[in-house]
Amino acid sequence: MSERTLVVISAGVGTPSSSQLLADRLAQASQRVLATAGAPVEVRHIELRTLASDLAHHLTSQVPSPALADAYAAVGRAVGVIVVSPVFNASYSGLFKMFFDLLDEGAMHARPVLLAATGGTARHSLVIDTALLPLFHYLKAAIAPLGVFAATGDWGDPSGHLGKRIEAASRAFAELVVERPGTDVADEFDVDIDFTDLLRG
Amino acid sequence: MQFGIFSVGDITTDPTNGVTPTEHDRIKSAVAIALKAEEVGLDVFATGEHHNPPFHPSSPTTLLGYIAAKTDRIILSTATTLITTNDPVKIAEDYSVLQHLADGRVDLMLGRGNTGPVYPWFGKDIRDGISLAVENYALLRRLWREPVVDWEGKFRTPLQGFTLAPQPLDGVPPFVWHGSIRSPEIAEQAAFYGDGFFHNNIFWPMSHTRQMVNLYRRRWEHYGHGPADTAIVGLGGQFFMRRNSQDAVAEFRPYFDNAPVYGHGPSMEDFAAQTPLTVGSPQQVIERTLSFRDQVGDYQRQLFLVDHAGLPLKTVLEQLDLLGEILPALREGFAQGRPAQVPEAPTHASLVAAALAERASAEQSVDEPAIAVDDVTGRSPYQAAESGEPR
Repeated sequence: MSERTLVVISAGVGTPSSSQLLADRLAQASQRVLATAGAPVEVRHIELRTLASDLAHHLTSQVPSPALADAYAAVGRAVGVIVVSPVFNASYSGLFKMFFDLLDEGAMHARPVLLAATGGTARHSLVIDTALLPLFHYLKAAIAPLGVFAATGDWGDPSGHLGKRIEAASRAFAELVVERPGTDVADEFDVDIDFTDLLRG
Repeated sequence: MQFGIFSVGDITTDPTNGVTPTEHDRIKSAVAIALKAEEVGLDVFATGEHHNPPFHPSSPTTLLGYIAAKTDRIILSTATTLITTNDPVKIAEDYSVLQHLADGRVDLMLGRGNTGPVYPWFGKDIRDGISLAVENYALLRRLWREPVVDWEGKFRTPLQGFTLAPQPLDGVPPFVWHGSIRSPEIAEQAAFYGDGFFHNNIFWPMSHTRQMVNLYRRRWEHYGHGPADTAIVGLGGQFFMRRNSQDAVAEFRPYFDNAPVYGHGPSMEDFAAQTPLTVGSPQQVIERTLSFRDQVGDYQRQLFLVDHAGLPLKTVLEQLDLLGEILPALREGFAQGRPAQVPEAPTHASLVAAALAERASAEQSVDEPAIAVDDVTGRSPYQAAESGEPR
């Protein structure tokens, strides 16, 4: 695929949701910075709420729906991924985790990722460090140094602090995408294994 | 083209009446189903192998040996024989005996088994699955082909001067299929040896099955067994048929909705759209099955899963009657446009004929040496040059 795509995954459950809103803001800012840096990208939004039942069925039946398979394929080709989860009971939501639980092994490997979360109050803001960071570290993603947490109060805050945090995080993320963009996941059926190597044990 | 059935051997409650068959019921049912398969003209009956409830077939050759005694024609196979947790020496022995008892009507499909806790019961570790499959099969091949085997490997005690008893019938080992859903290493293994490759197919989108089969075909050609379309491919599939498709849908739905593995998941309609499952009329099953070759090319063996999801024996036997009725149409459909070079699946008879032909040509070449040999040593100067010895 020749298009360089930024995949934006949000796990908000309402419509509209603050996770979706934050995802849009991060995507716009990142896209703008990347375009300025001479590395323009297309943006692909994946709203997990629309895939909720597909995810549940994939989990139990192992059959990904066409929509879900398409979403996973997009992640596997993305130059970078922005993820946004609402905070449920001190962590990312179950829906958010399910998507990454069912992702092919290695799909996030070395892929730039910007971590973001939303919650009712700023008291949840460490969720990025306590929950999202370990998950994406485990997935061996290239994690951008700044994450963004948006509390309900941030949206009406006239100080513009949220906008500055979005801007700063998007810049740091965009730098990572420019330096080491995510590469296409190798087609697992397009690899030649030398059987004599396997025989040697 | 061979058609047959494969059974997982699960013991599942009938969701429509809450009746759970006993292990005894299911074992006897497996025999009845195999006999019916032969009666309706199918070519293959294959049993699964499991070592944990709710499954019954922990001893496949016992089951197949009994069926062999009660049948005349049908090929007895497995789906799958666990090449990881079984000792390859015992597989070689068991299937050699079965081959003799069944007069060669035996092949087997090797698989790894995906239930982690089972491995340590046999002293193994699921994380070694691929390595076990590679090493154990390399040994199994030698046990069936070499009169005396000295062997040392990583996973079992070494063998010194081991001779398999009994030797394979007519000196020809059973044909081997390798079954795998998504491990490229196993497609590679099948291609390397020129063995068959089987894709279970029933829980997967056909596009996925196609990728695995294409890999196997490509590597079959790479290893010099012939063009890719001469590779030996088998597929799984599943259906529920009634003469009227609405009846099939209504009757099968409660079984589908509660089935192990995919029950309580996607709707039957979604699952049927996304996997090879066909619930409908005989004509629909014919059309869907014939469409498989559009995805994987002309192939050699089609096995259906029929006794599952808690379906009662009576229903399963009715399904087999219906399958028998559409069999001529399936055979005709698959024969249409099939290139002449696409081979049939090897059978004992064809393997014996091939072995005899090979022996005859080897003897011929001894009688008429193609290149000059030294009168004293009997060696060819070319051999001497290759081995680096002075001429």
